[in-house]
Amino acid sequence: MNNVIPALEVRDITKRFPGVLANDHISFTLLPGEIHAFLGENGAGKSTLMNILYGLYAPDEGQIFINGEAVTIRNPSDAIARGLGMVHQEYALVDTLTVTENIILGTELQKNLLIDRKRAHQEVERLSQEYGLIVPPDSLVGDLPVGVQQRVEILKALYRRVNMLILDEPTAVLTPQEADDLFRVMRELADQGKSIIFITHKLREVLAVADRITVLRRGKVVGSANPHESTERSLAAMMVGREVVLQVEKGPAHPGEVVLEVEGLAALDDRGVQVLNDVSLEVRAGEVLGIAGVQGNGQTELVQAITGLQPASHGKVRLKGQDITALEPRQITAKGVAYIPEDRKGTGLVLDYTIAENMVLSTYYKPPFTQGLTLKEEAISEHADELIETFDVRTPSQLTAAGSLSGGNQQKIIVAREFSRDNVLLIASQPTRGIDVGSIEFIHKSIIAQRDAGVAVLLVSAELDEVLSLADRVAVMYHGSIVATLPAAEATRERVGLLMAGVQQEETTNG
Amino acid sequence: MRFITRARAVGALGIVVSLVLMLAVNANLSTKLAEQRAAGSAKAPSSVWGYVSQLYIPEPKTPPGTPPVATIPLPTLGTVFFICVLLIAAGAFLIARNPERRGIGGYVSALIGFTFFVLLIWAVAGDRVDLADTLSRVVRVSTPLGLGALAGLVCERSGVVNIGIEGMMLTGACFGYIAALVVGNWFDAAGQAPVWFGVLIAVLTGGIMAALHALLSIRFKIDQIISGTVINIMAVGLTGYLRSNFIIKYDSPVKKPLNDLPIPGLSDIPLLGPVLFNHKPITYMMLLLVLIMHVLLFRTVWGLRTRAIGEHPKAADTVGIKVNRMRFWNVVIGGFLAGLAGAWFALEVTFRFDDLMTNGQGFIALAAMIFGKWTPLGAYGGALLFSSANALQLKVQNYDFALAPQFLQMLPYVVTIIVLAGVIGKARPPAAVGEPYDH
Repeated sequence: MNNVIPALEVRDITKRFPGVLANDHISFTLLPGEIHAFLGENGAGKSTLMNILYGLYAPDEGQIFINGEAVTIRNPSDAIARGLGMVHQEYALVDTLTVTENIILGTELQKNLLIDRKRAHQEVERLSQEYGLIVPPDSLVGDLPVGVQQRVEILKALYRRVNMLILDEPTAVLTPQEADDLFRVMRELADQGKSIIFITHKLREVLAVADRITVLRRGKVVGSANPHESTERSLAAMMVGREVVLQVEKGPAHPGEVVLEVEGLAALDDRGVQVLNDVSLEVRAGEVLGIAGVQGNGQTELVQAITGLQPASHGKVRLKGQDITALEPRQITAKGVAYIPEDRKGTGLVLDYTIAENMVLSTYYKPPFTQGLTLKEEAISEHADELIETFDVRTPSQLTAAGSLSGGNQQKIIVAREFSRDNVLLIASQPTRGIDVGSIEFIHKSIIAQRDAGVAVLLVSAELDEVLSLADRVAVMYHGSIVATLPAAEATRERVGLLMAGVQQEETTNG
Repeated sequence: MRFITRARAVGALGIVVSLVLMLAVNANLSTKLAEQRAAGSAKAPSSVWGYVSQLYIPEPKTPPGTPPVATIPLPTLGTVFFICVLLIAAGAFLIARNPERRGIGGYVSALIGFTFFVLLIWAVAGDRVDLADTLSRVVRVSTPLGLGALAGLVCERSGVVNIGIEGMMLTGACFGYIAALVVGNWFDAAGQAPVWFGVLIAVLTGGIMAALHALLSIRFKIDQIISGTVINIMAVGLTGYLRSNFIIKYDSPVKKPLNDLPIPGLSDIPLLGPVLFNHKPITYMMLLLVLIMHVLLFRTVWGLRTRAIGEHPKAADTVGIKVNRMRFWNVVIGGFLAGLAGAWFALEVTFRFDDLMTNGQGFIALAAMIFGKWTPLGAYGGALLFSSANALQLKVQNYDFALAPQFLQMLPYVVTIIVLAGVIGKARPPAAVGEPYDH
């Protein structure tokens, strides 16, 4: 192995952003035909590093070698021309174009001044068969499920004859089965001599597919590991810099009376398509009902219909027996519903407001924060100090704009605000998306503490691990319906994964 | 799924409208639709189709001023009832089959066209209508709308809003006219050559104005609406100044606009001839450009890339497409088209330049573009809708009609609002339109 010229070698790459050292003298090599995983928390510098390789950022220091030759990559087409392709977390696909059009875009074949659609078609078919990436060449990309869109992205890179492929958090939006399918494709590509950089923060996946692991923390390479000699625990410790508790510690639930009752709920999305069909569920005091499902299967609409943010087209929502279906969000909040929205920056916070202001967004109109027509600055300030202390929000001051904090601290502001009221129901939607492990642990503990205090908790998460570790019962959503509800003990990763992919229970038990 | 769908709503609406029109026409049995004809050429029709086709045969050799002696009456009531029955049947079909998309747009268009037709019959009750001439006028006045809609479309498909089309037209008209005057004077030529030179200058002027819009909105990232407004206001001031300080004082041997250009052979075809093949040059260019642009947009590399940068510029950028450069040139191409539309006003219909002579057609062109869901053929459909409403309104002005012509003129805008409200599928603009791109 030692005499092999690396497909890619990076030496001492450094990149500074105002106030942050995003990459600090990072060096690594990528060998031909290897799957090299980069592991790190959000904000560890993985994405910055990859964007440098792909020509989206210029490094402040350091060198990049491709096949032993020093290169400067100025933009993505430079990177592609040198055989380096990248599949971003957010796909760079045009929804209104077909699969074939997306693949050939920028490198079109022409015949008589027109696009040679026949040859483009053949080429896509050939690549698709060669690597086992099945796609419908003439469908509009916007109509395809995300798993298929991802294959289109990979084909797009292969069409450009890349021999190195960067996959940035490729499994974030996939079901476990789709992820396994992706790993099979990755292995196939590696066997044919392509090198793959696989960026993730999911330990299980790294161990399943990588040949070699590099761990990043705070912009530095903190170590390499061999998947055969590593465990999830050892990798997690390396990634976070201390021992972490992977499993949330919690005692058995003591469910009480029914708090939330949803009956036959249906809703439309903003295009008027029905995305929530006839959903019924109940959550009792003192239990966590976890909703598992791939993103975009109606979870957003379910939560919004319960919290009053969007009207339900059918069905009823009852809180402690009282119909709240047609109430305004503020009235629902006032009845003791806490809500952690999935869109932290858009729905959860007013980013330009101070932390103190954000902490009274749901109560500012009531005493002690308001008297007559004026806000009581003092009460608001005291309230903020108290919450910052209790919820461990790391901030220079309560007057700092919420938008300038890290994702984890922003999320803590929301949690603090919502938990500071007297609640009977907590709706937590993607409560830990994109935040650091420390904050995740804290928020998980807080949710369990609420449960133990007798609050009914509805948890929605696209991270299956999160649902499995927090929930007392697991409901699985697929295509806008709840396809099964299982007690935690029966909700195995495999079983829930199949349900998430729409495979019905009968088929799984028979087959 | 849902019982009341778009197709069913449209179908039901169509049936109601058809029934109302049927009743309305009932009172106007005596209206005759006819073409002016020389005496002696009338033949007894042998069938219903005979009626219809003979009705439209023009007499191109008729010297001007010949009084119409013979007319072929169209069985008005029968024709209207026949079309009504067809529309009701089609409406019932939509309700029964409940298609998701296909056919709804066509049905709505047929319904609108038919409504105009009936309004016309109603308005001229008892008199004759020269259909070929009316339709020919519709095509003629659709010229600036069609060109303007294409101009808007090449910009917006690439992600740049262009509400400055009106201003680009006006400036094009002004400079094109000045160029024709001046060149005619220099070379002491009174023929068509200086006018053609004016057309060229009009096109280039539109392009220059567009380049300004592109510079402001792409390079300096000024809000595209504001930048377009700047173009419009500037155009009014600049052309007004040039007219009062130069044009009205300038004498030139050039006096006449572009000549008629009937296409030999084709212009003699019954009905189609006068409607499509007996026009002036810019109208032909517009018709060709609509077709060419449709092919360019959906079949060529340029079109594919244009659609990509207007929808998801980042995706295009990562595969090596120069988003801002391409947007710049698309806006300039749009300017050329708007300039050509300007030339139509000053150098084709008339040979003169008036203040504000483009009369808001640049804005209506954008409505036509939206009506056509940002496709060239659809946008031209929109242009025809607006121009036929206009022709109808002009016609109706000569008669004592219950509806004020202003209401008829409003009709297309009402239709556009209905379209925007999502009756014929949702009119969805390119996703990235109006957003400056920065990598």
